Amino acid sequence: MNYLVQRLLTFPLVLLGVSLLVFFAIRLVPGDAIIAMLGTEAGLLTDAQRASLAAYFGLDQPVVIQYGRWLTGLFQGNLGISTTYGKPVLEVIIARFPLTIELALLSMVIALAVGVPAGVFAATRADRPSDLVVRLFAMLGQSTPSFVVGLVLIYLLSVNFHILPAMGSFTPLFVDPLGNLAQMILPSMTLGLAFAAAVTRIARSSMLDVLSEDYVRTARSKGASQRDVVWRHALPNALIPVVTLSGVEFGYLLGGAVIVEQIYALPGLGRLTLDAISQRDYALVQGAVLFIAFNFLVVNLLVDLAYAALDPRIRLGGK
Amino acid sequence: MHLNFGKTLFTSLAMATLLGTATLALPAQAATLRMAWAQDATGLDPHTQTAFSSLRLLELIYEPLVRLDAEYNVGPAIAKSWEFSSDGLTLTFKLDPNAKFSTGDAVTSADVKASFERLLDEATAAAARANFLSIKTIDTPDPQTVVFNLSQPDAPILIAMSGTNASIVPASAIADGTIGTKAVGSGPFKLDEWDPNVKEVLSANPNWAGGKVGVDGIIISVLPSESSIIDSMRANQIDFALFNDPTIATLIPGEPNMTLNRIPGLAYNVLQLNPARPPMDNVKVRQAISCAVNRQEIIDTALVGEGKVTGPLTMAAFASDPASLFCYKQDVEKAKALMAEAGLADGFSVNVIAATGEPPYAANEAQVLQSQLAAIGVKLTIQTMDLKVYVDTWLKGDFDMAVAQNGGRPDPYPMYNRYFTKDGNLIKVSNFVDPELDKLLQEGRVETDIAKRKPIFQQFEARLAEEAPWIWISSTVTYTANLGTVKGYEINPSGLLFSLSKVTVGE
Repeated sequence: MNYLVQRLLTFPLVLLGVSLLVFFAIRLVPGDAIIAMLGTEAGLLTDAQRASLAAYFGLDQPVVIQYGRWLTGLFQGNLGISTTYGKPVLEVIIARFPLTIELALLSMVIALAVGVPAGVFAATRADRPSDLVVRLFAMLGQSTPSFVVGLVLIYLLSVNFHILPAMGSFTPLFVDPLGNLAQMILPSMTLGLAFAAAVTRIARSSMLDVLSEDYVRTARSKGASQRDVVWRHALPNALIPVVTLSGVEFGYLLGGAVIVEQIYALPGLGRLTLDAISQRDYALVQGAVLFIAFNFLVVNLLVDLAYAALDPRIRLGGK
Repeated sequence: MHLNFGKTLFTSLAMATLLGTATLALPAQAATLRMAWAQDATGLDPHTQTAFSSLRLLELIYEPLVRLDAEYNVGPAIAKSWEFSSDGLTLTFKLDPNAKFSTGDAVTSADVKASFERLLDEATAAAARANFLSIKTIDTPDPQTVVFNLSQPDAPILIAMSGTNASIVPASAIADGTIGTKAVGSGPFKLDEWDPNVKEVLSANPNWAGGKVGVDGIIISVLPSESSIIDSMRANQIDFALFNDPTIATLIPGEPNMTLNRIPGLAYNVLQLNPARPPMDNVKVRQAISCAVNRQEIIDTALVGEGKVTGPLTMAAFASDPASLFCYKQDVEKAKALMAEAGLADGFSVNVIAATGEPPYAANEAQVLQSQLAAIGVKLTIQTMDLKVYVDTWLKGDFDMAVAQNGGRPDPYPMYNRYFTKDGNLIKVSNFVDPELDKLLQEGRVETDIAKRKPIFQQFEARLAEEAPWIWISSTVTYTANLGTVKGYEINPSGLLFSLSKVTVGE
């Protein structure tokens, strides 16, 4: 069977597994939507009041029946209604998605723009002092958590320079591109630089491998310049592991960068999911996690296809 | 050609700084108040929302019949005047003829009647319903007059009517079922946009009976933490903000151009013992714990000195001097003697639950208590948990001890009847029934003469401190902060943000 069709057929199974896990896991956490809304005052409700709220939040049925209902809705393209927003879950998620895509793309651009040249640079100067400096930075970048980088940036800007990208009132890209970019650049750098470190390390080691291969030696012996050897002959092959790494990372980023969105008060998918969990907005948590899982599957599939396109020796489907 | 790594980084940084400055250079909307908080409102229905932020948002949009001033005196809001009959069984309100909803429709007695009937309907699930159960019927002889017929004299009902949870909503919105989705009130602002956990956009309500509002509108941003709010205020991006965490709020006085406003609250910090579980079922053990605790030390260390030692009653009109209450001066020797009398000279081990971040200092409080109680051999194991998990555990009464911050009311009856009367709906949380406390609360409820109510409630307070089902520690402080450009903010402990209607923002 065609590899693509095979992969696509596994999607529903994976998603069903994800939906089962998230549906029951979120209900295992103590405290429901009624407690999230009323706090300790929930104790003041009479039985009739509690029943009325339970019906409103869809908590009045046994869990298995709730799951059945939700699954039926899912097949009709209905992810349910978010109790926090009073709107269909899909509508809420779609509204937050552009920011998440933008953040993912911007940080990928930064990561690749910094990471690939840095990796190539280090590989061509292997074991010389400049290589060591790049490797040191890469290690630092990879081992510093994004919340540290983000908080340090915010602190420096606010305390020393009294400037900060506007937090809390997000400007969409199509409303004010410049204002939007001003808000997005710090979060993208926070995410991008950490990932750039990983890209640098992978690009360096894979470049070193490729540079020692026979065909590179052949190219050199035929008189190709160092620049041609590195950028034209070696780089395309050295990029294959970078593509894999970037694909996986991009898949993660599409799930929302929870910590960075939280630090910079960006209304993306990660913060949405976090808030939904804390408010026990079950329908929204389920919908968001399913949406994230779906994105991850699609991105991974695209990466595998790109992999085959980059290296004709690779035949997908094991044939 | 090799791209220079350092150069790229430098360029990106420079670009970031430039772009950052570019947004700041944009002209600020002078007449819009930019406000921030770290915890967003959880909904728009004024009758069912109880979260702190929800009430703060909704008190800008909705109005109750009456409103409390800074000294907790009842003053006019939608009602111009009110009167109890001499037998205390009817309460008559005259409404402000100028009161209008943001739609321009007049607020009439029919709206008041419909609002209270909605509150009393169990299907509404209004948390404040318990405070209005003495309402038998509501008459509306004319559009400006409302008469509440009560089944028994009920002195605290007027104060309960001052709460945002007793807001008057349009009868038409009740009929349409749009309360909770569209916020239509008669308050100083109307809600134009709400993006939960991101922002609220409010504009001045031109129909407000209270006169002209000082700003064009308010944008409330939800920022990730209270320290990031301070960062934004430093960067001149936020004019006004709410703070709950004293360790953060007390940093503000050191900031140039920022003013901190302290508002003493009615909420209280308390160590709840569970008298249903041994050995806390023994009054001597509970008293020993009360004597072993040094309340001022908890305030000084865990609460960075913010708040005052308090007994059960936090409202000045009823509270006794804390020094007069049982063992409010730490006395470890007496505590040890009481433990010995209870046959527990060697002490015992118990768990204490605390919520993470609510109040922000709960874990610190628990640690100070842990070290103080170790002196009499009581070994506390601290269990911190997510707020919702904590509330769930708390409501089930499933704890040995709990570090809690409980809300207060301007009147002792609605504040404590839920915990310490035999029919109280939070009796499962306190696990403590005492006929004497029950009797005193009922007496205080039906007595309409303020002078006679005070001694009744002080007796109640003394008894509660001596029985020590809980160890009351300190009163709370709520904070607001503003930049120097914000003028005219007045503190009001019950309608914390209501005075934003008079605030102006200048250069």
